[in-house]
Amino acid sequence: MEQLFSNLLAIDWSTQWKMVVMWIIGGVLIYLAIKKDMEPALLLPMGFGAILVNLPFSGAVTQGVEEGPIDVLFNAGIANELFPLLLFIGIGAMIDFGPLLSNPKMMLFGAAAQFGIFFTLSLASFLGFEPKDAASIAIIGAADGPTSIFVSQFFKSNYVGPIIIAAYSYMALVPIIQPAVIKICTTKKERLIRMPYRPKSVSKTTKIIFPIVITVVAGIFAPKSVALVGFLMFGNLIRECGVLNSLSESAQHELANLVTLLLGLTVSTKMQAEAFLSLETLMIMGLGLIAFIFDTAGGVIFAKILNIFLKEKINPMVGAAGISAFPMSSRVVHKMGLEEDPQNFLLMHAAAANVAGQIASVVAGGLILTLVQI
Amino acid sequence: MMNFDVDALLKSLPTMGWGMLGIFMVIGIIMLIIWILGKVFPVRKEDNKENK
Repeated sequence: MEQLFSNLLAIDWSTQWKMVVMWIIGGVLIYLAIKKDMEPALLLPMGFGAILVNLPFSGAVTQGVEEGPIDVLFNAGIANELFPLLLFIGIGAMIDFGPLLSNPKMMLFGAAAQFGIFFTLSLASFLGFEPKDAASIAIIGAADGPTSIFVSQFFKSNYVGPIIIAAYSYMALVPIIQPAVIKICTTKKERLIRMPYRPKSVSKTTKIIFPIVITVVAGIFAPKSVALVGFLMFGNLIRECGVLNSLSESAQHELANLVTLLLGLTVSTKMQAEAFLSLETLMIMGLGLIAFIFDTAGGVIFAKILNIFLKEKINPMVGAAGISAFPMSSRVVHKMGLEEDPQNFLLMHAAAANVAGQIASVVAGGLILTLVQI
Repeated sequence: MMNFDVDALLKSLPTMGWGMLGIFMVIGIIMLIIWILGKVFPVRKEDNKENK
């Protein structure tokens, strides 16, 4: 009996209160996942993992010389950036670049809506974060979980845990964050601009060659992004080639699900109380929010600038869909368009901008890796 | 932490500039490629059937 309770008696609760706080945080993440349906595939494993790694003397994480399984998984899948890359194959297989290929000018919004990344990089530097951490925090603005993990892990940031939590939490909050920013940046008249959709067919050859050429371009101009872009485009090539349907299905479902499951649980090793509960974590959450706000504003304001020169005006709300949170962002813009004018269907334009955001966010990640010297 | 580092801010501004320039350059090149692909591989009858 004494043996049974020895662990309990060995716990110094006066110093272990932080663990209890982490249990509450884990509980909140699980609640948000189940009750609010916020990125449940990731927030639920992360919430459970937050509890798992914050138990006194938890065998799930390394204790002294005894390696814990979560740390083993972290080293095998995240420390070497493998999990995010595998996830990108699945994401690539899910994306239809058709709307973008038939309306390439929407690509510009993908570029403009990355402004939040670079703005946050400067802001984080100003607040005293080291360049490697500032760059890792800034990439929350990519609105793309795997890219955030890839970049923060590449820089060996001290704040991988909070960065990933922020990245996924804000992606789930896109329907709350974006409408507020869009309304601030636009007038009612601008939100009422109608955009007729004239679909253009795209040849199958174009759809097959596109992912190959993009990989080559990324390799030439942003070599450090080529792993991310390459895996994304490989997934898309499997989808579009037409002869690997079962592999495409597996990548979209089994592979993506399995990696997501492991990713969520494994990331929790970076949510150990001592490292996680700090002022820096709060600052990172704030900076992540700023990154999302300035991404959205960047896309909208760019659309407004374009409208000065264009005969056929663009609804500036479409610019907001240039962030990578796919497909939430395009749905938000479409819904807002319908609220303003029930006959204004912006979905396809927004989807094109949103898909462009997927490519642009990965390119932005590669540029950050290239430009930030550590 | 929470010491405002103006030097770091000034050092990061060129990264912001080059980053935004770089991303617009890459996106511009991708747009050009999409345009060229559309010209070189126009839609055929079979593609129209598949698109439908």
